Amino acid sequence: MPAATAIAEAGPVPAPSPPATPPSFGTLALRWYRLNRAGLRATAIGVISLLAFLLVWHLLTTYRVVFFVRFTNVPSPLAVYASFTKAIHDPKFLLHILLSCRRILFGFSLAAVVGVPLGLIMGRFKLVHEIIFPVAEVLRPIPAIAWVPMAIMLWPTNEQSIVFITFLGAFFPILVNTLHGMSLVDPVLVRAAQCLGARERSIFRQVYFPASLPHIFTGLTVGMGVAWVSLIAAEMISGQYGIGYFTWEAYSLVQYADIALGMIAIGVLGLGSSLLIRGAGQLVMPWRLK
Amino acid sequence: MNEILTKAPQGHIEVRNFSLSYESIEGPVQAVTDTQIHVKPGEFVSIVGPSGCGKSTLLNAVAGFLKPTTGIVTVDGERVNGPSAERGMVFQQYSLFPWKTVRENVEFGLKMRGMPRSQRERAARTLLGLAGLEAFEKHYPDKLSGGMKQRVGIVRALATGPKVLLLDEPFGALDAQTRVIMQQILTNMWQRLKISVLFVTHDIDEAIFLSDRVYCMTARPGSIKAEIPIPLERPRQQAMMMSSEFLALRRGLMSLIREESLKAMGGEISDMGMQGLNIELHGHSLADVI
Ligand SMILES: Nc1ncnc2c1ncn2[C@@H]1O[C@H](COP(=O)(O)OP(=O)(O)O)[C@@H](O)[C@H]1O
Ligand SMILES: [Mg+2]
Repeated sequence: MPAATAIAEAGPVPAPSPPATPPSFGTLALRWYRLNRAGLRATAIGVISLLAFLLVWHLLTTYRVVFFVRFTNVPSPLAVYASFTKAIHDPKFLLHILLSCRRILFGFSLAAVVGVPLGLIMGRFKLVHEIIFPVAEVLRPIPAIAWVPMAIMLWPTNEQSIVFITFLGAFFPILVNTLHGMSLVDPVLVRAAQCLGARERSIFRQVYFPASLPHIFTGLTVGMGVAWVSLIAAEMISGQYGIGYFTWEAYSLVQYADIALGMIAIGVLGLGSSLLIRGAGQLVMPWRLK
Repeated sequence: MNEILTKAPQGHIEVRNFSLSYESIEGPVQAVTDTQIHVKPGEFVSIVGPSGCGKSTLLNAVAGFLKPTTGIVTVDGERVNGPSAERGMVFQQYSLFPWKTVRENVEFGLKMRGMPRSQRERAARTLLGLAGLEAFEKHYPDKLSGGMKQRVGIVRALATGPKVLLLDEPFGALDAQTRVIMQQILTNMWQRLKISVLFVTHDIDEAIFLSDRVYCMTARPGSIKAEIPIPLERPRQQAMMMSSEFLALRRGLMSLIREESLKAMGGEISDMGMQGLNIELHGHSLADVI
């Protein structure tokens, strides 16, 4: 607009400009393509690479390659697909998935509900930090799977001990990242809030909490990953249901295609849950959208 | 809103027999010593001095972030002991809350005071309008230029109607053109709000252009070396910076500061000597060359 004015002022006889026509569909499509070229490229390469993976898998299994690793008994993609179409009509398979999801939901939610507030309070009150941190540091390096026997002793039902293992897996990454976020809060922002009349409670809610949110969400993402790892391990050892148990059972029953099906289901569920957390993060932190 | 704009002048700052030392491993570090300053209601006072002389220390004590080691700070006869919304502050580092929009940042102090939403929205809009920022009310600080961020910072500090405004090198990180515009905006707002201002800077031109009075500090441990009234007429224009009156004031202040900066650097140079730094310059000693 300023450029247009400048031209109009400079030229002695302003030529009557043609009425602006809306850009045609073709122009719009071309512009969209130019703006999203990098993204389209990445998608295209991603699809090709996935297809190549399937092809290699197919070749290795149909020719039963043995070269250090043995593909003799590994199911082919088509066999896995066949067992998938059967499984989705099988209520038992769906129950496995449902129960795993429920355990993740309980264990992870509990970890978030305990871990985030505890991290916030430990970050704000030195004494709480000094009391709890040493205990957390000693327990943290113990892998959740190592808790399995102890969990079975601690909890009356199998279900509870599996949820407990899942909780433990998610808890420490959430706690540690929340603490880290708290330690990085810019003191100038706290001072700014104080100068504007904020008291302790408001500073906590309006400054420390939102300032730590990015790290809290990092903790939730990592925690979700570890929760799945812990859950699957616990289900393989002590479960009666769940997708981890399904995968292990497939091996015992020599249902080789179901092993791969179980693995893929675990991967898809893990991916889906981390996407959910990322989406929640974008909802809660609109200021971080680019 | 109008109550903020037409409030009777208040905000008498008194700093008496002030000294402040920081604790460090080598013992106490005397940052400011034996300092008396005052700001009359509605007055614009600057503090200039070489870097590290204790300007921020003094200002932070007035804000209530630091306790004087000796002496007393009062505003309208009341002793300062802790930050409060009566003393607005603008920091050199951008200190807007990244998770709040421009308008939410400006509303923060009013929210802390318990003002209902619709009322504080109106107040924030009016103030943003004064600073030419109404178009950016929904932006997050991330998307603003440095000058705009500081403008919002000033508006935010003024929104609660403080008695005094404290600024710590607020334009230090801005380019020369933006700086000049910001000085003009600050002057305008100060004249409309009739508020007392204590302004810290190391820029002599800025101090003279803005102030009714300038305190010049000595090198560390800082104390007041001189107090210079600035009798230039208001409103002041940029062109005034070429007037002989302005230049005379500038020469005076410049020589005062130069002396102190040399003292501050002299300390460093002799420190280097003590570390055994010996420069041979074709037979001349370093002292001869200087
Ligand atoms: N927390 C602190 N601990 C020890 N010394 C400090 C601390 N803060 C500032 N100082 C020292 O006090 C002196 C004054 O600092 P400051 O007020 O920030 O100076 P200015 O704002 O004039 O540059 C400096 O020499 C600085 O090194
Ligand atoms: Mg400073």
